[in-house]
Amino acid sequence: MSRIGSYFIFLGTLFHNREKARVYFSLILNECVSIGVGSIFIVALVNTFIGAVTCVQTAYNLTNPFVPKNIIALIVRDSTILELAPTLTCIVLAGKVGSNIAGELGTMRITEQIDALEVMGINSGSYLVLPKVIASVLMFPLLVIMAAFLSILGGYIAGTLAGVISPEEYVSGLRLDYKPFGIVFALIKTVSFAFLVSTISAYQGFMVKGGALEVGSASTSAVTNSCIAIVVADFVLTQVLLT
Amino acid sequence: MIEIKDIAKTFGDREVLSGISGTFQPGETSLIIGGSGTGKSVLLKCMIGLIKPERGEVLYDGRNFLTVNLEEQKSIRREMGVLFQGSALFDSKTVLENVRFPLDMLTEQSEDEKDKQAREVLKRVELEKAADLMPSEISGGMKKRVGIARAIVLNPKYLFCDEPNSGLDPLTSITIDKLIKEITNEYQITTVVITHDMNSMMEIGEQIMFLYEGHKLWEGNSDTLVKSDVKELNEFIFASKLIRDMKQK
Repeated sequence: MSRIGSYFIFLGTLFHNREKARVYFSLILNECVSIGVGSIFIVALVNTFIGAVTCVQTAYNLTNPFVPKNIIALIVRDSTILELAPTLTCIVLAGKVGSNIAGELGTMRITEQIDALEVMGINSGSYLVLPKVIASVLMFPLLVIMAAFLSILGGYIAGTLAGVISPEEYVSGLRLDYKPFGIVFALIKTVSFAFLVSTISAYQGFMVKGGALEVGSASTSAVTNSCIAIVVADFVLTQVLLT
Repeated sequence: MIEIKDIAKTFGDREVLSGISGTFQPGETSLIIGGSGTGKSVLLKCMIGLIKPERGEVLYDGRNFLTVNLEEQKSIRREMGVLFQGSALFDSKTVLENVRFPLDMLTEQSEDEKDKQAREVLKRVELEKAADLMPSEISGGMKKRVGIARAIVLNPKYLFCDEPNSGLDPLTSITIDKLIKEITNEYQITTVVITHDMNSMMEIGEQIMFLYEGHKLWEGNSDTLVKSDVKELNEFIFASKLIRDMKQK
């Protein structure tokens, strides 16, 4: 409980006694490149294959001849938009971005770089963490949109190449019973996950005491705690927004 | 002038500092010496506001750093320069960017002015040719000098150095000591140095405070240091057989 309390106090420090807005602009841009552009490859790779696997596995399980084949595409679409793209992508990003944030801040802490900022009168939390949080909240949704597109494309390529569904059936399935709220739901989830991953990882890194061993532990805790937060928030948001 | 009055700090049940008082004068290099774990770094951190002591006062020209409001605290911080033990240079910035950083964050100067000032300070520490190198590309001694350059770029009134010689060879240590002393005299800075380097004590110790198990046991200067009759201080400074033999001679 004390750690949760300390996490919320840490969040408070990010937003008070901030530096001038112009200071943050270049920092946020740099973080956007690091978090966004730096994650494109892994997000694209994982989601393309997830879409492909979802399509082939759904086809494998739909053996009833009375179920039209375009249902396969509908299942790929809905499972991608509602769950796989936002949740899985954010779990992948928790591993890549979260561990990076915790490692970077933890190293800065043990090498006294954070102390150096503090003695200059700079709010180190706000200066170092806020750009990461803002960049995550901006870039995670873009990555998830790309992930959803590639996942559906992966399903199309795998389904048509394996001969389990024709291109026409796949496209008609994608258009079947489409609810635009699914996209809004996915983006709400993504923004929430982005905030959780960036702040939890930053907290873990920022609070490091000790040496290299503790920085490693902080990176591991950042990923573990972010993943736990993602699945809990996923359940809560699904309950609140879809029921 | 910096005054500390009755500074006390405990970690759990362990009293790390108990009632330390002292005065540090402008234009003088004051040393805080003592063995490992005697509370030197904790005292320094209390003075620069990284650790809050349980009791006591830290006065910067009469302003109590521990009780002033946030704005006043910020303005005192802007009069401080700190050289950390590991130099604490920002890994992602070049040498020049590291030195420019306080100017970028805390002044409204133009880009050209900031660049000029940072390069001038780099020249002062004889590192103008290393301006575009990354911290990972320079030696430990150079890192210390960049740390000093960053600490003095805002023309501070107070300079704190935490073990400036740690990890350096004797020759580089002497260079760093000389640089600190020159800068202190040149800019009339109140300089406080944490060290256990015997050479530093003899060369730059205009005022020396000896800490032992969180207590101030002795205060004096480099001339009176070797004549002291405090047992713990003698054990500390004459730990080296070579120096012990020199004293006997």
